[in-house]
Amino acid sequence: MEPPAVPELMPALPEIWLAFAAMALLMVGVFSGNQSTRFLIWLSVLTLAIAFVLVLVGPPDTAVTFSGMFLVDRFAVFTKSLVLIASALALIMSLGYLRSEKMERFEYPVLLVLATLGMLMMISANDLIALYLGLELQGLALYVVAAFRRDSRRSTEAGLKYFVLGALSSGMLLYGCSLIYGFTGSTSFATIQAGLAGGEGSSIGLIVGLVFLIAGLAFKVSAVPFHMWTPDVYEGAPTPITAFFAVAPKIAAMALFVRVMAGPFLELTADWQQVIFVISVGSMLLGAFAAIWQQNIKRLMAYSSIGHMGFGLIGLATGTADGVRGVLVYLSIYLAMNVGAFAVILSMRRDGEMVERIEDLAGLSRTNPLMALAMGIFMFSLAGVPPLAGFFAKFYIFMAAINNGLYTLAVIGVVASVVGAYYYVRIVKIMYFDDPAEPFERPIRGEMVMVMAGTGIFTLLFFIYPAPLLAGAQAAAQSLFP
Amino acid sequence: MGDWPLLSLIIFLPLVGAAFIFMIRGEPDVVARNARNVALWTALIVFVLTLLLWAGFDNTTAAFQFVEKTPWLDASISYHLGVDGISMLFVVLTGLLTPICVLASWESIQDRVKEYMIAFLIMETLMMGVFCALDFILFYLFFEGGLIPMFLIIGIWGGKRRVYATFKFFLYTLLGSVLLLLAVLAMYLEVGTTDIPTLMAHGFDPELQRWLWLAFLASFAVKMPMWPVHTWLPDAHVEAPTAGSVILAAILLKMGGYGFLRFSIPMLPDATEYFTPLIFTLSVIAVIYASLVALMQEDMKKLIAYSSVAHMGFVTIGIFTLTRQGIEGGIMQMISHGLVSAALFLCVGVIYDRIHTRQIVRYGGLVNRMPIYAFTFMVFTLANVGLPGTSGFVGEILVLIGAFQVNTWVAALATTGIVLSAAYALWLYRRIMFGEITRNDLREILDMNRREVLVFAPLIATVILFGIYPAPLLDVMHASVANLIEQHELALGTAKALSVAGN
Repeated sequence: MEPPAVPELMPALPEIWLAFAAMALLMVGVFSGNQSTRFLIWLSVLTLAIAFVLVLVGPPDTAVTFSGMFLVDRFAVFTKSLVLIASALALIMSLGYLRSEKMERFEYPVLLVLATLGMLMMISANDLIALYLGLELQGLALYVVAAFRRDSRRSTEAGLKYFVLGALSSGMLLYGCSLIYGFTGSTSFATIQAGLAGGEGSSIGLIVGLVFLIAGLAFKVSAVPFHMWTPDVYEGAPTPITAFFAVAPKIAAMALFVRVMAGPFLELTADWQQVIFVISVGSMLLGAFAAIWQQNIKRLMAYSSIGHMGFGLIGLATGTADGVRGVLVYLSIYLAMNVGAFAVILSMRRDGEMVERIEDLAGLSRTNPLMALAMGIFMFSLAGVPPLAGFFAKFYIFMAAINNGLYTLAVIGVVASVVGAYYYVRIVKIMYFDDPAEPFERPIRGEMVMVMAGTGIFTLLFFIYPAPLLAGAQAAAQSLFP
Repeated sequence: MGDWPLLSLIIFLPLVGAAFIFMIRGEPDVVARNARNVALWTALIVFVLTLLLWAGFDNTTAAFQFVEKTPWLDASISYHLGVDGISMLFVVLTGLLTPICVLASWESIQDRVKEYMIAFLIMETLMMGVFCALDFILFYLFFEGGLIPMFLIIGIWGGKRRVYATFKFFLYTLLGSVLLLLAVLAMYLEVGTTDIPTLMAHGFDPELQRWLWLAFLASFAVKMPMWPVHTWLPDAHVEAPTAGSVILAAILLKMGGYGFLRFSIPMLPDATEYFTPLIFTLSVIAVIYASLVALMQEDMKKLIAYSSVAHMGFVTIGIFTLTRQGIEGGIMQMISHGLVSAALFLCVGVIYDRIHTRQIVRYGGLVNRMPIYAFTFMVFTLANVGLPGTSGFVGEILVLIGAFQVNTWVAALATTGIVLSAAYALWLYRRIMFGEITRNDLREILDMNRREVLVFAPLIATVILFGIYPAPLLDVMHASVANLIEQHELALGTAKALSVAGN
């Protein structure tokens, strides 16, 4: 018997690079100890940057390897780029926090790189096993970092909660996978798709499996009714981790969601569309209403992200290329707005401690006008007010919804966005109309200023030249629907 | 002149000024002084440009002029600008009022002057953009974007209940606008473009038209504001700083009327025909109800705010008569109201800056101490009432002529609004100006200074000039309005012909 051929490695080069680099970083960390953390963080950023380049120079068209379990296409390239950018920015934003909170431990950057690796594998998964592998790799790394502040009761609670609920959702997902395997006879996306397209049709068992799978994925994107962990984990985790949670895993999970629904189960669109419809409406409404009463800005951002994922799911619910394009544009802009907003939140320090009540922002426009301006831009953008980038994000989602006859979703969506505008605008009100509270610590760290300025300018001026992003998203979405 | 992107220049020059002010650093006093000067000069240059626009405008054609077009979001959503006889005058009005607002805020705004001037210049950009945009998405961008600076202007420099007022303003308007957005998207997907001239030429399915029309109404009625969604207006007006009220009353309210003229009527002719009775009903209620409410107000700004609601009722009546007189009267009324309400808010601002209250009962006998002010206020009170010889008269009489041709009941009921407006306006004047001076602080009050006279002089001149000789304004409109009516009747004709053929 011949030994199996060595699989084509080139399509997976970024992942392979990240895996080796993470091991190398770990070694450096082990041997040089905690004082090298800053160096390791910058090294990790460099690692991610190299992975970014590798992703971009990778195969131009769809490529499959590892016996069909691993898939690279333009969709994967687009979403991987987003994930890598988000992870790198989150790492950069942790520098100051780790130092001032005396949390400079070398595992931190390594864990984030491993989590990122897991996300890239999720995005490229072309098989239920590969999907689970990627999901767990990122999940395990994330459980640990959520509890990274071991001395803090809240942080460990957040980590534990995330772990227990995450394990539950993984269980549901696996159960779903096993049902799907049982009723289709395969774990490969390609085979499942071909089987369904070949007129095998759906069976009740398959649908049940699919629903379990959706439940697991909905947990990862924190969609209602699997959102309960989000506010607690966001609040309890160290703030730079929250910033990381809010962006990179969300993008990866959303990409995976799209990949699974629009890939193997495209034939069953009519079946899963109703489920997505319900969780989308639920997320939008919960995100809009529950955030109104929040006093803690991290909790508020948690509800905000639930709401935003609801909007993103509208695009998925259409089950078409223009819907997916909407999702991708949404995720890109969501990344910029959220990273920027968290850069501001991470700069809210007073007397050597982080503050995170919304009231602490009072009068920021007087004590630090530029930071208030940046936060104002992010808030109006999150609310979806034109001409800021957040408007265009919603614009393409609603366009897809109307184009595909989902009028109800579109109307609920715009109403939810108006309700949501209330609490975003409330933050602007607190910053601009209220009397100043004690000013935050100055100066703001250089890298924070860079992140705020970069994301702020992107959010503000996106409307001038949106064509490249739109074209990229278009091409990526098309690759899912050959 | 033809090669210059004049409209882009008019739209974006204020932004350049704002960026310039943003760069100013130094002592607070110096910054404030420089910010005021830069803002004033920018606004004046823009005004001169708008006058050049008027000078270069060809009255004989209904086509869009000064057109600029470049691809933007994709091939079908482009950066498309242009003006016609309907929009051009609003551009000039915006150009005129912005420097006046800057000048009016010269002394009354002492706090955060830099930000204030930046907000006003951004506001000017967005307002200009609304009237120049020939792409629906571009229009929406400017239309909605205006919420942000206005929110900040009212919220930062406003009165005691400013937070309540800003949130009400913001959320009301936003809710109306997002429904408009959905309608725009629906049109886009139907036609494949958001180019306004193309959409005007497209015949939409009458069933779809009604839905689109209602979505448009949600947005424009809030902006207008029409009864019963007018309640944000008195709050916003009362709490806004003087110049904010001016911009709100003079320009922002006109966006609603402009929206009906630019979108609802030409794009959705069947639905317009279908819903006209609804508009008439709401407008007549607005005219009478708002006038009665105005009679009972104790706050001067609130009184003027309700009078604005009443006047906007006239505008919608005029526009939806779909007669030449009615529409031209409606536009004329909007221009005139833009000047008059702006001036009235500025008048309130003059005494508010001195006594710091807007309660009518706190005043009385001002004519003894402030003759120039009393004269100014009188001119605008009478113009508000619609006295012949002022621009207000031209608009009202044209609207009523138009209304009589279509529906005598509407005309008759609307006329009662004129009587009521005379009652509240003149009564307001009597209570503030005449009688004995009873309050000590009023005994020392000073008449208007040179800067204030400078603010009012151009407004008095235009109000009286266009009252006596409105031809320059009406000539601009004739071709476009005639075309609008012609196209409307044509569209209805084909629709009827189609339905006959279908039967």
